[in-house]
Amino acid sequence: MIYLDNAATTWPKPHGVAEAVLSYMQHVGASPGRASHQLAVEASRIVYDTREALAQLFGVADPLRIVLTANATEALNLVLFGYLNPGDHVVTSSMEHNAVMRPLRHLESLGVELTVVPCSPEGTLDPRDVEKAIRPNTALIVINHASNVVGTILAVAEVGALARRHELLLLVDSAQTAGAYPVNMSEMQIDLLAFTGHKGLFGPQGTGGLCLGERVDISRLRPLKRGGTGSHSEFEEQPDFLPDKYESGTENGAGIAGLGAGVRIVLERGVENIRSYEEMLTARLLAGLLDIPAVRVYGTLNARRQTAVVSFNVDGMEPSDVGLRLDEEYAVMCRVGLHCAPAAHRTIGTYPRGTVRFSLSYLNTAAQVDAALEAVRDIATRK
Amino acid sequence: MVEMDYAVVLFYSTQGAIKAERVLMRAGLAVKLIPTPRQFSSSCGTALRCAWTDIDAVCAALQAGSVEYESVHKMTVRP
Repeated sequence: MIYLDNAATTWPKPHGVAEAVLSYMQHVGASPGRASHQLAVEASRIVYDTREALAQLFGVADPLRIVLTANATEALNLVLFGYLNPGDHVVTSSMEHNAVMRPLRHLESLGVELTVVPCSPEGTLDPRDVEKAIRPNTALIVINHASNVVGTILAVAEVGALARRHELLLLVDSAQTAGAYPVNMSEMQIDLLAFTGHKGLFGPQGTGGLCLGERVDISRLRPLKRGGTGSHSEFEEQPDFLPDKYESGTENGAGIAGLGAGVRIVLERGVENIRSYEEMLTARLLAGLLDIPAVRVYGTLNARRQTAVVSFNVDGMEPSDVGLRLDEEYAVMCRVGLHCAPAAHRTIGTYPRGTVRFSLSYLNTAAQVDAALEAVRDIATRK
Repeated sequence: MVEMDYAVVLFYSTQGAIKAERVLMRAGLAVKLIPTPRQFSSSCGTALRCAWTDIDAVCAALQAGSVEYESVHKMTVRP
């Protein structure tokens, strides 16, 4: 089996992650932050440890300014619905995932103004175009760090700098970069960082979160959910301190334990090392695909300018047919279609056909890439 | 058994109490997380206890570690 769908979720997880989940369920298991008995306190420690590891990874000074959510989609919804009001203006790019576009389109119907800044067919964004889109009522800029369709890395730090100049907040969707590419909130001038736990951070599904930078005034950010927090229990009002204000209901303790293990593995290995390995593998994949006459590859075609996510098509074949044959005849698993990002496909010119997407993690090998390339070559020539 | 004087530090949230425990342990101080004694009303059900004689060192370490706490109380435990 050759798993090349890591942009959807990483698999397998490195050793230690599943063990952390199981250990939590078997030996800890209590509800974090609710009771004060030894198992509950131990559960709380595990959750806090995960926050600390995330804070170290993203360059966040206070672990309590990291809100844990079920996934990046929830973190993005929290900001978009919690911060924006009718009459506000938002600027985004034309390469965004539906986790950003669907909330924005709905907010548009409620009176929020939206500008979608066009990206190049390779998926790049010119920060000057973002700046030109800013209006007196612009409240927020939201962009992904890298595309889940073609992997193109956007100039987040430059957009962060211009957000500062214009006294706006910048929300970054790091679903495709966290753990696989350096993400530092203070260096990149990111105000709100949405991340997912189950991709480059190697945690289980059902984990993710939002890092709140120092410029974010939480009195202006409404919670997405209200409910029990294990604190302030004598009051029926939602607490106004972090992280409780945005964390109601019992959290995914077992998942967070696994996420903590994953993040510590990434920290130990080093994001730079993970990045250079993935870059090398991506270059190998790109070169191999470009060498097959019937294959068309999309994006920058430069491993240095993208993450380990590669979209391609085979002339005269539907992506779904390529994907089915890869899976059934070669046990190469990948994702075909529009990847929940119709905007990105429109930008690169593959709408509505979609693409075949191979996405790697640092657990993939050169041998696997070579075998997948051989499979594609076979399919492309035998069709 | 002699009666013991403790300091009890109260927090806004459990994660805040855990952060405090982490900071204080790294500073080499002996602390214990306990259920918040009923006589102290608190936002959070988990408090931190240390010897009353350690309270100055504890508060200094919490300040240095940017740990927010709600209040500090003295508690005497009689046998």
